Amino acid sequence: MALLEVSQLDVRFALRQGEVRALRDVSFTLDRGERLGIVGESGAGKSVAAFSLLNLISRPGFIAGGRIVFDGQTLNTLSERKLRKVRGNRISMIFQDPMMTLNPVLSIGEQMVECLKAHRRISSKAARAIALDKLRQVQIPSPEKRLDQYPHELSGGMRQRIIIAIALLLDPDIIIADEPTTALDVTIQAEIMALLLDLCEQHNVGLILITHDLGVVSQVTQRMLVMYAGRVIEQGPTREIINDPQHPYTQGLLNALPQMATPGEKLNQIRGSMPSLAKLPSGCAFHPRCDFMIRPSGEPRTACTEQVPGFVGTGNCRVACHMVAEMLEDRRLKEETP
Amino acid sequence: MTTTTTTPSRWERLRDSYVWYSFKRDRTAQLCLAIFLCLVVAAFASPLIAPTDPYDLRQIDILDSELPPFWIDGADDRYALGTDAQGRDLWSIILYGTRVSLLIGFGAVLLQALIGVTFGLMAGYLGGRVDAILMRLADIQLSFSTLMVAIVVGAVVKATMGSAFYSQYAVIMLILIIGLAEWPQYARTVRASVLAEKGKEYVDAARVMGLRSRRIMFRHVLPNTLSPIFVISTVQIANAIISEAALSFLGLGMPETHPSLGSLIKAGFDYIQSGSWWITLIPGAVLVVLVLSINLLGDWLRDVMNPRLYKG
Amino acid sequence: MSAQADNRIPVRDADGAEPLLQIRGLKKRFSLSGDFLDQLRFKKGRLVRHQEHVHAINGVNLDIARGEALCVVGESGCGKSTVARTVMGLLSPSEGEIHYDGARIDHLSSRKLLPYRKRMQMIFQNPYASLNPRMTIQQTLEEPLRLHHPEWSRAQVTDKVTTVMQSVGIDPDWGKRFGHEFSGGQRQRIAIARALAVDPEFIVADEPISALDVSIQAQVLNLLMDAQRERHLTYLFITHDLAVVEHFGTRVAVMYLGTVCEVATTATLFDKPRHPYTQALLSAIPRLKDDRPQHIRLSGEVPTPVNLPSGCVFHGRCPHANARCKQEIPALVTQTDGTRVACHGVEEGRL
Repeated sequence: MALLEVSQLDVRFALRQGEVRALRDVSFTLDRGERLGIVGESGAGKSVAAFSLLNLISRPGFIAGGRIVFDGQTLNTLSERKLRKVRGNRISMIFQDPMMTLNPVLSIGEQMVECLKAHRRISSKAARAIALDKLRQVQIPSPEKRLDQYPHELSGGMRQRIIIAIALLLDPDIIIADEPTTALDVTIQAEIMALLLDLCEQHNVGLILITHDLGVVSQVTQRMLVMYAGRVIEQGPTREIINDPQHPYTQGLLNALPQMATPGEKLNQIRGSMPSLAKLPSGCAFHPRCDFMIRPSGEPRTACTEQVPGFVGTGNCRVACHMVAEMLEDRRLKEETP
Repeated sequence: MTTTTTTPSRWERLRDSYVWYSFKRDRTAQLCLAIFLCLVVAAFASPLIAPTDPYDLRQIDILDSELPPFWIDGADDRYALGTDAQGRDLWSIILYGTRVSLLIGFGAVLLQALIGVTFGLMAGYLGGRVDAILMRLADIQLSFSTLMVAIVVGAVVKATMGSAFYSQYAVIMLILIIGLAEWPQYARTVRASVLAEKGKEYVDAARVMGLRSRRIMFRHVLPNTLSPIFVISTVQIANAIISEAALSFLGLGMPETHPSLGSLIKAGFDYIQSGSWWITLIPGAVLVVLVLSINLLGDWLRDVMNPRLYKG
Repeated sequence: MSAQADNRIPVRDADGAEPLLQIRGLKKRFSLSGDFLDQLRFKKGRLVRHQEHVHAINGVNLDIARGEALCVVGESGCGKSTVARTVMGLLSPSEGEIHYDGARIDHLSSRKLLPYRKRMQMIFQNPYASLNPRMTIQQTLEEPLRLHHPEWSRAQVTDKVTTVMQSVGIDPDWGKRFGHEFSGGQRQRIAIARALAVDPEFIVADEPISALDVSIQAQVLNLLMDAQRERHLTYLFITHDLAVVEHFGTRVAVMYLGTVCEVATTATLFDKPRHPYTQALLSAIPRLKDDRPQHIRLSGEVPTPVNLPSGCVFHGRCPHANARCKQEIPALVTQTDGTRVACHGVEEGRL
């Protein structure tokens, strides 16, 4: 059984315009030591997915349905007290902005010791030793000095290293990283990503990486989910999706990258923009932007506008697209009638 | 890109706005607005509503003085809320007094806003020396209390021009005194939000366009600082009404022939020992209700317009 | 596109045509010490004036030829945005000169600058902040036209607004609505329309696509490239994203801590980066195709621009730095292929 199993997750926000469904039917699993990428543009619901795993969705949002099972415990029905034992301890989080996690008025050492003592019965001295060890692991120069420094005395890259050290503090099973390097510069970003990858491999820690950067996902993760308008539309091994995307949106997203085009030529853009969750198009939410709504024969595919596509399997990948489903069906029919 | 959407009208915009949404759900705000509007309408329609004209000496009979309100024995049917020491109908004089109080309150705030917003805008947008001079001026102004300024100015004017002149122009004098004394509140608030807006790219875009500073200040920056101006205005109106009442109570405000709520309270205060408590307590209650409703409205407005609380 | 542009407009070096924009020895310092009273300190019983500065740019020389897209890349704090804002007159330089079409513009009064405002426009990074929230789209787009063409009739202005809205792919019916009713990509289109409304010839774009989603980035980049082709625009394009540069730029200037360390044509730079910093920067781009990239690891982080390092600003993080790098500031030296590199190692031939 997988370490983390999310099934049919449904998250809603009760707003004054009415209820908005931020996540629908999101299901995925994560094995021990596996690295999973969740990719999508803003408004796709990827951060909501990350936050709901630890039941960190706050009012007006709520988990309306589905199950999150971690190591045999159903997290979304767990009491707040029991949940706290999982949070930070067995599953920890890294945010985009380090200052969301770091308290500006406490020194780095105090914060790390406090965190350790909250979850374990150990002396301050022992906790400090562990903290120092973790700071060494994240390759911070002169770690002894850092323990007594305050967050504002450190640079952005250094802070993000501290955050990783804090995330590793209690030897978690899973780290959820929400855009961990977006706020950093390219060279620092590459270093932090490499560090995170090394540490996860060394300690056999699972990683859920939430990002909009397909380059980062392709370098770090083994499997990925592509999200669009609150739904997962494609999932499978990262390499396979990057090399041969099936869903028109994933294709569009990859083809839109400047590195996929000849310099000076037009980029392959996806027209339109992500719909608002409050006003989703009928059927497949991507259909107003999709180029494959019309069959090669010229007749329109009515299912796209009428029916939400279910997942169909192509090899190791699963895709939610009527066009792909039809193609597979055609292929199967051809094989059956030689 | 081809989505056809109709442009919402101004009314639809208001109906869909957060302000309206929050107003619909806030009973206190609704009640306060209702009371405030009633008071304002009643005050400004006082010549139509009031049974007598308290400014007209012919309608006053000194023999009717100190009649109690209707629920107390000895009341006169003609005077629902009783009469004051001069025999004026209390209900009429309160209506007229509220009008004077509101007039001074609004007038003073208008003057404060005019000076404060202009200075704040200039200090915030132009910065440097202009900012330093204007803000030190504001600091100096703030270090004198409103009452002190009013007492000194009032005394000087009375001494030089005579008290008849002062009484004649009392409303304008009070507007000037309270207006001049409190402009730094506006200047500081506006300056702070101008500094925040100035850093935004739309201001840079306007500069790149080649617009003059004055146009950028009034056309681009000012409209975006209106929310805090609205909020502070409610508080300032309440403050101005109270300042006026305090000044009148001290005898530096409206003369008793054209009383405001403050001078009514003062006039009645002498009779509170002799049992005619209504002459001072009823106008006092009206003042409290008026100021309280404005302040509660201001609180609600501040919550609604606070961008940190507002998440559309 | 670049090939077309090259055919139409002669390259400056080939026949000596004057560049559209020349930046010479540009420096910009920002005071950290507040106003005069804040600067006074007591030191050893004496009152002294103490000032600290951020050295945002330190002696930048750049030429921009007509019709080209010069990209300035670098990490945060390298001064690339300061260059853009100084060129546009939003900041006044501490030292140095800026010449536009042969005339010096950095010291002009705002009135004398007005004719240039029509010729050079700017696109900003954050589409959520660059549109005045209290103005409708129509008002936003009409404002520059009314300012620069006061003689135009109402109908002429409205016609022009409609044309420019169509040219950036927004529905002219949206004019009555406000900026916040639109998505980031649509707002950036409106901001581009505002810049294009006065028919400029030169556009400074400060990270115009950084705040946008991937699929929208492609749309906006395409729009900028179309506009360049149709209107023969010259761009100064500021970005931190090298993948965009590779696609968009004619030439690239790499900046580090307020100085330009390498200027080259895009193809040359990506093919054969010379400066050690450029090499590190290029190796750090997350590519889709390679699994485990071997990026060049730089030690340490960018120093603060308050106390600049002596010698080459990059020496603290450079794997090839020697004693000379720590003392002597390298100059931009032109290589045989026209690339200009500021590095002692390259100059001495050890790199």
